[in-house]
Amino acid sequence: MSEFLPAVIELSYLVAATLFIIGLKKLGSPASARRGNTIASVGMLIAIVATLLHQNVLNYEMILVAIGIGSAIGAVMAYRVEMTAMPQMVGLLNGFGGAASALVAVGEFWRYITSVEAVPLSETITIVVSVLIGGVTFTGSLLAFVKLEGWISGSPITFPFQQPFNLTLLGAFLVASGFLIVDPHQPVVFLGLIGISLVLGILFVLPIGGADTPVVISLLNSFSGLAASAAGFVLMNNMLIIAGALVGASGIILTEIMCKAMNRSLANVLFSAFGSAHTASTGGSTGVSGDRVLHQIDTEEGAMMLGYAKSVVIVPGYGMAVAQAQHAVRELADQLERLGVDVKYAIHPVAGRMPGHMNVLLAEANVPYPKLHDMEDINPELDRVDVALVIGANDVVNPAARHDKDSPIYGMPILEVDKAHHTIVIKRGMNAGFSGVENELFYKDKTMMLFGSAKSVVEQLAAAVKEF
Amino acid sequence: MTDGLIMGLVVFTLATFIGFEVINKIPPTLHTPLMSGSNAISGIAIVGALLVAGDRNWQLTTILGLIGVVLATINVVGGFLVTDRMLQMFKKKEV
Repeated sequence: MSEFLPAVIELSYLVAATLFIIGLKKLGSPASARRGNTIASVGMLIAIVATLLHQNVLNYEMILVAIGIGSAIGAVMAYRVEMTAMPQMVGLLNGFGGAASALVAVGEFWRYITSVEAVPLSETITIVVSVLIGGVTFTGSLLAFVKLEGWISGSPITFPFQQPFNLTLLGAFLVASGFLIVDPHQPVVFLGLIGISLVLGILFVLPIGGADTPVVISLLNSFSGLAASAAGFVLMNNMLIIAGALVGASGIILTEIMCKAMNRSLANVLFSAFGSAHTASTGGSTGVSGDRVLHQIDTEEGAMMLGYAKSVVIVPGYGMAVAQAQHAVRELADQLERLGVDVKYAIHPVAGRMPGHMNVLLAEANVPYPKLHDMEDINPELDRVDVALVIGANDVVNPAARHDKDSPIYGMPILEVDKAHHTIVIKRGMNAGFSGVENELFYKDKTMMLFGSAKSVVEQLAAAVKEF
Repeated sequence: MTDGLIMGLVVFTLATFIGFEVINKIPPTLHTPLMSGSNAISGIAIVGALLVAGDRNWQLTTILGLIGVVLATINVVGGFLVTDRMLQMFKKKEV
């Protein structure tokens, strides 16, 4: 039996990896996505059970206790979390995955230097890489979580000589790694490497914030996979390498989609501290002259415009998530549809704080997903739409992105709501969007402003439409 | 040992390409579930943590491994369950 066991374990890993691939494939279509998730979780169960059969895994009691604690915490988190808080949740889970991978590398390192075994060169290298990726994923994700929770300001945080400082730290990491490779028996140097990795994670996320968050969350998602892969190299375990690589690839794809949707390079997102006071002051004053007039309406007039329209396109943004207005939006849409208005939703790829954020919120409010339209699908239709209703979105509907070459958001694909016959913008106040640019849409003749919290305004609109 | 490293790189590279091919062209509606679902898969680090925590002789490595098991389990269980919760909402109206 015992000589078959390694083969059984390896074959189980192969099955698990296959289930992961099938599961991810099925996650690509709404009809099969839930099954895909279940298939992937079965793969995970197989991988875990197979590992417990391993001859070196003997510490069953403690392991079961650890799994029990982790499952309980994970389950409570998964059932308690509000849909609006999904970006934080994913951020936090990324961080835990990264930390686990880093701990594997640290544990292996400790086992090596406390035993008589010589540490192979390739082992030292993989351990160092694993600690770096895992550490950066851990603290970077925690900081993203703290920013999204609003415990600290979500806007980019910069300090003088930020880039040179980061480069120096990275250089220090490389030098220390060199020392460790020459002689692995230096726990102090290793501790230093762990410390630098953790600090780098914080410094990496610090200057990125606000509307750039979808990029950084996607990238950290990719890192958490790469961290698992790196841990796989440390243990020479194909299961970890394969699963980690799959996640790494998926995170990179999402990162690329997000960057494209903002017409910016990844390097620009990561290093330009976009939206901080500096970029805002250079680009903020252009495009809009101060003496233009806003057309303000109340909810009665708004309801009138919506109720007598033939077609309405709703454009949700982060403001809808903050105000938890998704259920009110659905109620308004129901009332409008009762009157025979054709209601659609237009979703910008980077609306919200993570990829697909708006879609999840609207799904929570029972909006059928065929009613949600991507930017490319809906833009050609917008000039035939009677009313575009913008709820808590700003930069993604700013026409300056099309024509104002001095604007920081120039070139970013936008939802062209200014082409609709009328536009109603629900907004809390006249603050500029995340990019710090004023939005000329608000000053157009066809644009009506409705000031107030998204939730209460939409509720009032729904109540008024109900009276029709 | 270098053989193992190169073999690992081969596996890693091929798996990355599979990842790109499989996940390409995912509709924006599913971006969040894809992210949380793949995030749960990155909890595969639990396998590594189990191997590290498996030793019966108590030492630092075992303790680090056990902490790793707890964190990775949160990642796995939380990730799969929350993805299922989200996808349930998508599923309901699929007619």
